[in-house]
Amino acid sequence: MSSHDRPLSPHLQVHRLVFTMLLSGLHRISGLALSAASLLLVAWLVAAACGPDAYATAMRWLSGLPARLVLAAALGAFWYHLFNGLRHMAWDAGFGFGKAASLRSGWAIVALTAVAFMLTLAQAWRYFGAWP
Amino acid sequence: MNAAAPSGTPTPRPDPHARRHWRNQRLSAIALLPLGIWFLYMLLTLPALDYAAVTFWISEPLQALLLLLFSWCALWHSALGVQVVIEDYVAGRLYAPTALLLQLMHWAAAIAAGWSIWVLAAGGT
Repeated sequence: MSSHDRPLSPHLQVHRLVFTMLLSGLHRISGLALSAASLLLVAWLVAAACGPDAYATAMRWLSGLPARLVLAAALGAFWYHLFNGLRHMAWDAGFGFGKAASLRSGWAIVALTAVAFMLTLAQAWRYFGAWP
Repeated sequence: MNAAAPSGTPTPRPDPHARRHWRNQRLSAIALLPLGIWFLYMLLTLPALDYAAVTFWISEPLQALLLLLFSWCALWHSALGVQVVIEDYVAGRLYAPTALLLQLMHWAAAIAAGWSIWVLAAGGT
């Protein structure tokens, strides 16, 4: 199939931004963020496999403020993509279509993401605080 | 007469590649649900993030196996997802090389993850 001949989508500029649309876009953005984070995970594993010196170098780099912000963003993306992915699963199974239901489930996953993010960030703070 | 019958072209069978993509995206998502939560839980409950604690964790065979499954499922799901995004935003003759490059990156990451976990499961370097 020549998928490169297909029209490009979505044409964001012709739509007025609505809540469910924002959530849909965030699913993509969080997915891409997690793709980048998975490369970070692989780099971390390679450093560990290379030995203590390489691992120490990786951890020195990961404990910098930019890396901490990136990891915190990845944590938020993890929860958002997980909960919104469950929402997509429900849609695939035929549940929760319709304006009211999708608005309600949208607010529900925003709340769940906020709670899960706060709790795990608090737990991760142990490391954030302990890093030099 | 068949004027009332559905007219026009018959509904085409979905492209088998597209169907496989759709199914694999959901399969990997379902696998990632427990694996992702397991990974985050392990990462956040390790006694420390230093070399000793991390290598000790992965030296346990079951933990190494789960970590391998998580890494590969995450990269699989990522490759499928990224492909959909570039299909939507990368046009014309740039599409094929971009798709190939991203596929190769995911394969390279999967091989690197497999090698690292193998080394760490075998007791480190």
